[in-house]
Amino acid sequence: MKLFAKIRQVGLATEPLGPTHGRAGDPDPVELVRAIDERSRKVIGRSVAIRQVDAGSCNGCELEIGALSGPVYDLERFGLHVVASPRHADLLLVTGPVTRNMEVPLRKTWEATPDPKLVVAVGECAESCGVFAGSYAVAGRVADVVPVDAVVRGCPPTPTDILRGILAALGKVPHG
Amino acid sequence: MFRGPGVAIEIAQSLLALMLAPALVGLVRWIKARLQSRQGAPVWMPYAQLRRLFRKQVVVSPHASWVFHVAPFVVFGATLVVSLLVPIAVTPLPFNDVADLFTLVYLLMLATVFLALGGLDPGSAFGGMGSSREMTIAALSEPAVALAILSLAMVSGSTNLGEIAARTVADPAAALSPGYALAFVSLFIVMLAETGRLPVDNPSTHLELTMIHEAMVLEYSGPYLALLEWASWLKFFVFCVLASNLFVPWGLSTSLEPGALAVALATTLIKLVVLAAAVAVLETRVAKLRLFRVPELLAVSFVLGLLAAASSFALR
Amino acid sequence: MGETLLPQTLFLAMVGGYAATAAALVVPQSPRLSRWVGAAGSTIGASAGLALAAAVLVTGTPFVAQAPGILTPAGGLLLSLDRLGALFLAVLSGVAIPASVFGLGYTAGYGGRYSLGWMAFNTGGFLLAMSLVVCAANVITLVLAWELMALASYFLVVTEHDDPAVTRAGVWYAAMTHAGLLAILAAFFLLGAASGSTGWSFGELRSASPSLSPVVRNAVFLLALAGFGSKAGLVPLHIWLPRAHPAAPSHVSALMSGAMVKLGLYGILRVGLDLLGVGPLWWGTVVIGLGAASALVGVLYALVDDDLKRLLAYSTVENVGLVCLGIGAGMVFRSLGDLEASALAFTAALLHVINHAAFKGTLFLAVGSIVHATGTRDMNRLGGLARRMPWTTPVFLVGALGLAALPPLNGFVSEWLLFQSFLPGVASSRASIAVLLTLGVGTLALAGGLAAATCVKAFGISCLAIPRSSRAEAAHDAPGSMRAGMVALALACPALAVFTIPLLRTVTSVLGELMAVPGAWPPPNAGFTVQAPGVDARMSPVAILVVLVGVLAGVWLAVRLLASRRRRTGETWGCGRIVQTPRMQYTATAFAEPLRRVFDELYRPADDLIVDVHPDSRYFIQGIEYRSRLPRWFMRFLYGPVVQAVVWAATRTRTLQSGSVNLYLAYIVAVLVVLLGLTIGF
Repeated sequence: MKLFAKIRQVGLATEPLGPTHGRAGDPDPVELVRAIDERSRKVIGRSVAIRQVDAGSCNGCELEIGALSGPVYDLERFGLHVVASPRHADLLLVTGPVTRNMEVPLRKTWEATPDPKLVVAVGECAESCGVFAGSYAVAGRVADVVPVDAVVRGCPPTPTDILRGILAALGKVPHG
Repeated sequence: MFRGPGVAIEIAQSLLALMLAPALVGLVRWIKARLQSRQGAPVWMPYAQLRRLFRKQVVVSPHASWVFHVAPFVVFGATLVVSLLVPIAVTPLPFNDVADLFTLVYLLMLATVFLALGGLDPGSAFGGMGSSREMTIAALSEPAVALAILSLAMVSGSTNLGEIAARTVADPAAALSPGYALAFVSLFIVMLAETGRLPVDNPSTHLELTMIHEAMVLEYSGPYLALLEWASWLKFFVFCVLASNLFVPWGLSTSLEPGALAVALATTLIKLVVLAAAVAVLETRVAKLRLFRVPELLAVSFVLGLLAAASSFALR
Repeated sequence: MGETLLPQTLFLAMVGGYAATAAALVVPQSPRLSRWVGAAGSTIGASAGLALAAAVLVTGTPFVAQAPGILTPAGGLLLSLDRLGALFLAVLSGVAIPASVFGLGYTAGYGGRYSLGWMAFNTGGFLLAMSLVVCAANVITLVLAWELMALASYFLVVTEHDDPAVTRAGVWYAAMTHAGLLAILAAFFLLGAASGSTGWSFGELRSASPSLSPVVRNAVFLLALAGFGSKAGLVPLHIWLPRAHPAAPSHVSALMSGAMVKLGLYGILRVGLDLLGVGPLWWGTVVIGLGAASALVGVLYALVDDDLKRLLAYSTVENVGLVCLGIGAGMVFRSLGDLEASALAFTAALLHVINHAAFKGTLFLAVGSIVHATGTRDMNRLGGLARRMPWTTPVFLVGALGLAALPPLNGFVSEWLLFQSFLPGVASSRASIAVLLTLGVGTLALAGGLAAATCVKAFGISCLAIPRSSRAEAAHDAPGSMRAGMVALALACPALAVFTIPLLRTVTSVLGELMAVPGAWPPPNAGFTVQAPGVDARMSPVAILVVLVGVLAGVWLAVRLLASRRRRTGETWGCGRIVQTPRMQYTATAFAEPLRRVFDELYRPADDLIVDVHPDSRYFIQGIEYRSRLPRWFMRFLYGPVVQAVVWAATRTRTLQSGSVNLYLAYIVAVLVVLLGLTIGF
């Protein structure tokens, strides 16, 4: 019962989407949400399943992605949800520089995802291998292994950035 | 009874169940999100999910055989036939003469068996794990269901749903008897186990090692996945209707009058919402049980069924 | 005139057909000819047997034949095929036809290794003996036919006599079947002697039995239950079944499981229902108890077994248990005077006998085809057959669904009736009966659930996914004759479900001959709906089949028209691991592991886990070996002491056998003197 008292006390923790959120110069988050809404509806039918692939990340990006599904950002309200198998997914969120050991698994994950599908490379490392560039253990950027539809920069990117990256990907014509 | 229109109403009822099932699951998800202080996805999100899946490609493992392709259809078809049986608004309907509560349970078992076979077919370790666990739980929940049916049958003198519902509609006080209450709790536990709800299975898990239902459908994609998901939602809907309209049949119509039908439909919907809220609250409150503690829960359900039968016997 | 001649002609055709298999003995140089002669003879005999059974079932006039000249002191040979016998004759002939056709192709694999003529002859003799068992109308005929059946089946079990495991199975089979024969003989001698009749014909025994003392009746019942129960495979006398069934050639296993085991049930019904008439309440209770024990022990052991044929054999033990639950409930209701409920329970039991013969026969033939193709029965070496054997695997699936009692197939119909037949008892005014039958319902449901898990395991592990051995990978489908046999039997499964109502009428007419059956059962205008009286439950197998097929077709069409039709092949998802090998799949052992752990207290397995670590650090593991054995509890605690006692006695007796001729002569003189003394004494 204590649990439910606490739940009532906390109320709704999801951040309301107002113009005060987001950095200056960015599109209004409300607009962002509307845009995600509209495009995801057009492209994949107002519901997007995400499969996250850690191709060798330091887990900084994972923390931010994890924050997306928490109460504050609440990914689910946009119709986005994380799934357990690439067979169920529409969109791959790939983080980290692609290490040698993760090169084949990443490609296999991409192959296992049914069409139409999208790939978003999340974080500086995914984009350019970051500080790991040139390491003997690194096979290359995400774009060297699978076709990337959108890139989210930042080390790590904020959850809002990641949302924006997903939106950018949804704007593209998906593969297949 | 009432042949021509009866059949039409029956089919309409079943299609209504099919259409409402995603909303019921969406409702449970929404309430759960609210209890987690989240805004949550809108109630109609599962429909969008289905629409998306039906448009997608199917990726099939090279190791899969014809069983992999047949399984989603059998799972969906058998569950749909079950939805023809349950009294959603009006009872009894023509299909009541075709199948009874035992048949319903075995039709659901048919769906479970094909789901498990579909999970085994691509040769993935996860699929095998899910199938093995699902069959374990299905096998162990069977005796509890049988005893719950038995205690209902002892009161109404029949295992056909129409008679059971009609009996309690005619005598609403019977629904308050201890036999009914115990059978309800027993069936509620089985419902949680059979529909993959907490504390037996976590419907939103992403960790393969803890999966039961999810693990079996891990290989399915596109329209096949849509059929399997829809079937599992429909199964949840059917169990909810059974739990509400067999044990609390107030409002259920016994004629085809439009007014009575509307009242019946409205009361059923209210009951479903209450039940969905109960499931959501329960899922927020309890943690998942270890797999090898689940048989204990089902044993509790069995003993409750036994007590239900005993009290129905004693209070005859 | 023609009416009376027809059954005789059919009977002669049946005996002639089976006897013709002896011709296979005289063509040893041509295995091919032997196979053909054997299959043709058996098929003709079985077809004639089926026709004879149908004639008796339809007309209701028993077929009678006698040869009083043979073995006159014992009453001469007397045959009378009544409806109960005809029902079992129909079942065994119905399985024998497809099994013989299947055998034609299957036995080809034995060519050159074992004598096909001898096998064909024994199969014919086995079928003939079984047919005569159900025709027998006096004790001597029954016992002779019974022993002939035991001998012929023994020779069939030890076909692969160069395998020590097979000969051991043969020894167990022979020992158990003769122990059973001993009990049957004792039962009939007791009954015959007490009845005071001369010929010991069933008619005489039947009319004498009600006036016998309860002690004699009880003793006869228990002895017959033990004797026939050992043939039926009731726990704890089931021990030979999981040994003999895997050892025998598969079409013979189908016959043993589909037909011979049923004759044990026939014996229980013949004595318990027919000859002894209405018994005390506890008879039925004992049968229910044995049935429940058999059902649970059978299914629990079937679940954890990795040998396909042994799994099926254990599941036969389960199904015999289910039938006995029905028989026991019928006997209980009959003792209580509730004839309607009694008729329902017996009907359910007899219907399950028929249905089990169909789906278990189908399964054994399908497994036979798998063994034929891969040479192994070990599920952990199979897999991937669904893509390689497009005929065998659907047949297997049909049988497995029947076994799991799933609608719309036949297994479901009889299990449903069994459930319904328990309901009037649960509502009984006697608390003890109500509790017993409530637990019976629980047993039935648990056995049903576990049977479904067993079926998923049997079919899923051996037919689906990636082949686990090169033999399975190279598997090919069976030749035409085998396909024809198993497909025909598989089609019987849905057919028996569709024709439930005519079947029910037949079964009721059988019961009507043995006991008073209320006229209301089955309801005359029920149409396609099975209506259980007393509990007022309705179910229509035909409608379920039609609706299910209709809905499936509708869904398929809708998905085909409306949904995306794009399809692509892609590797099985395994979290991106580099290669997938068959060893990564779930094995049969692993599949059953959760349920094995749940029932740990019953199995009490002996597990060994050996972890082989690197000599330098225990964190580097070089190999893990896991071994799990299920102790054979029945062997250890029940049969172990008996076997030891027998061996002990045999060792002691051996001292008599010194090998000295003088000593033997002394024995003879001693015996003569004793006999002389006795004669003079009298």
